[in-house]
Amino acid sequence: MSESLETAVKTNPQGDPITSVAAPKPAAVQKDPHAEAKKQRVVTPEYMFFEAPRTREFITGSEAAKEAVRRSNVDLSIAYPITPQSETMQLIGVLYGEGYVKEYYRGEEEYGVMSAIAGASRAGVRCFTATAGPGTLRGLEPIASWPGHRLPAVAMFTCRVVNAPLAIQPDNIEISYLLNCGMIVFHAENQQDMFDFIMKGFIISEMNDVTLPVGVCCDGFFVTHARGYVHMQEKGIKLPPREAWRGAVPVLDAENPPARLSRDAPVQKSNFMAYNIHAVWQQEVWAAVERSRKYINKLMGGLCTAENVENADAVIVASGSAAAQSREAVRLCAEKNIKVGLIKIRSLRPFPTQELRQLCKNVKLIVIPEFNYVGWLAKDVATAIYGHSKAKIIAGPHVYGGQSMPVELIVDEVESGLTGKKSTNVPLSAIMGTDVDQAAVAHFMQNI
Amino acid sequence: MAKRFNIRMAGVGGQGVVTGSHILSTAVINAGGESTIVPFYGSEKRMAPVESYVRVSDEPIYEIGEITFPHIIIIFHPQVITHGKSYTMPFYFGLKEDGVCLINNDGPMKLHKDQARELEERRARMFYLPATKISLEVAGMDLATNMALMGAIGCITGLTTIAALEQAVKDRFLGKGFVVSGGTAALDSVVERKFKKKQELIDKNVAVIKAGWDFAAQNGWDEVSKAAKKAEAVAAAAARA
Repeated sequence: MSESLETAVKTNPQGDPITSVAAPKPAAVQKDPHAEAKKQRVVTPEYMFFEAPRTREFITGSEAAKEAVRRSNVDLSIAYPITPQSETMQLIGVLYGEGYVKEYYRGEEEYGVMSAIAGASRAGVRCFTATAGPGTLRGLEPIASWPGHRLPAVAMFTCRVVNAPLAIQPDNIEISYLLNCGMIVFHAENQQDMFDFIMKGFIISEMNDVTLPVGVCCDGFFVTHARGYVHMQEKGIKLPPREAWRGAVPVLDAENPPARLSRDAPVQKSNFMAYNIHAVWQQEVWAAVERSRKYINKLMGGLCTAENVENADAVIVASGSAAAQSREAVRLCAEKNIKVGLIKIRSLRPFPTQELRQLCKNVKLIVIPEFNYVGWLAKDVATAIYGHSKAKIIAGPHVYGGQSMPVELIVDEVESGLTGKKSTNVPLSAIMGTDVDQAAVAHFMQNI
Repeated sequence: MAKRFNIRMAGVGGQGVVTGSHILSTAVINAGGESTIVPFYGSEKRMAPVESYVRVSDEPIYEIGEITFPHIIIIFHPQVITHGKSYTMPFYFGLKEDGVCLINNDGPMKLHKDQARELEERRARMFYLPATKISLEVAGMDLATNMALMGAIGCITGLTTIAALEQAVKDRFLGKGFVVSGGTAALDSVVERKFKKKQELIDKNVAVIKAGWDFAAQNGWDEVSKAAKKAEAVAAAAARA
């Protein structure tokens, strides 16, 4: 080996870019990449949500999430590129480059990401992250502790298959794991919902009498990778920043070491006081979930929406992409002269219990289509209206593993529910109501 | 009441199934309608199965995902049927009664007797279009097979017009920023190089669309859309009376 080559190898073993730096460009040519972001002005949430003029764009759900974060004055976003993912966190990286998000990095995996979100939220900054399917479950341990730590944040869950056989298609079974954490859970039907729920989620999350994380879920791929119309405010305005100093829980004081997550010793010793503390702690978390109702009503226009429920022959109750499919099923039923109403659930936690009791009081047939195997929504609906409605409830049809729900299946259930004809897709044990076998229903309820 | 057509297209990689669905969808929107597309494929390679779903309506379309029960099926390659190169088996699975089945083949195919019977039972209307042959004759290459099929389906259903299809082809190649995937973008550039100039490319594609449309019209396939229009007029007259 010649000496000159050896020298070259020594000085530049891996093609270090330092050896190939171009001459710096003249200062005048350099443009501040953050120039547009710096010009953004703060507006009130009321102006942002209800008054600011909007223009319509045709974008993907991931782009809708990006645009929501752009206008939400987000301090920190942490990404992990799990497969499957949506493009959302990559697009948030673009926002960071443009200066719309103050800090951004890639975590080592979801457990680390969700733990770091906890630390950041406790430090008093506004946080956002997104994950999907297996990532949600990997991060679930820290996520389940967020509400108890009273951490305001918004996390986006673009649901994918998590059960075997493995697949990367949309299936919203993972929402059932999020429902019992004590966090607020929204379910978006389309790209517009993604945009609105994320922005409103930040405000609801940080209300002093709420102080809880918000999970914005959607059926991955169908919403994140497909385009839809989204009405958006101009880019030049943003929500007010998180004001942690006036929050309900003191922020982590990182400037006065030793920094402590809580002022008292960890509540972990199993004695009578610990049990008591756990009880009041969780009571307070779920009371805060209840208190978020008024903000959801005010900012989002209700926990659910209802269309043509009065005088309907049957009512479909659905959330997420199942609601989108149901709109077409309603139209197909109208072609057959069957009057079908639609109740779309936007907020799964808190759940619209009173609203459903009121809406379903005189309904005779309820059909609940879902994109998962177990039917978690049907269980919640049945629990909510038990004793308040005599409706027959069909917990189905269900699709899973990533299948798109054929709207014809929903129409079939409406028809068989009305005529009493045996359904081809939903077992008798998944039909609840007055004229069905109660032992079979009890078996079903025990097994979902 | 909304008029609704759910279209399932099945073909093999490299034939422009997704491009064809995009052009049809854009043409419907150009003609004032509503339309969505959902492409569905595995690895991007030639001769691998590809499906694409197009929804067409005169009202907003809310639902998403694959189409299981189509009104119209377009088969881009006879191997979809003969070799089962498809995500949907048999190729007519879920076809609604009185549905339309447009197949790229030089003449009627001999289907398995069970399949022929099932298609007959649901009163499927079968149309065999020599789309690849038309593409070779008119454009000098087989890559415009999809255009011939889109022209024919436009004629059969009356969903769109030649002018709207032409505009959609222009949108596609003169840039409205629609890129389905890296593979398709690469193929686009190959096609463009072959035709040297974009205008020549557009003209050839439009000529194939017209040839497909004319073939359908000459064979009286537009009776479907004509009958639908007639029924509509009768219904409208009845509503007025």
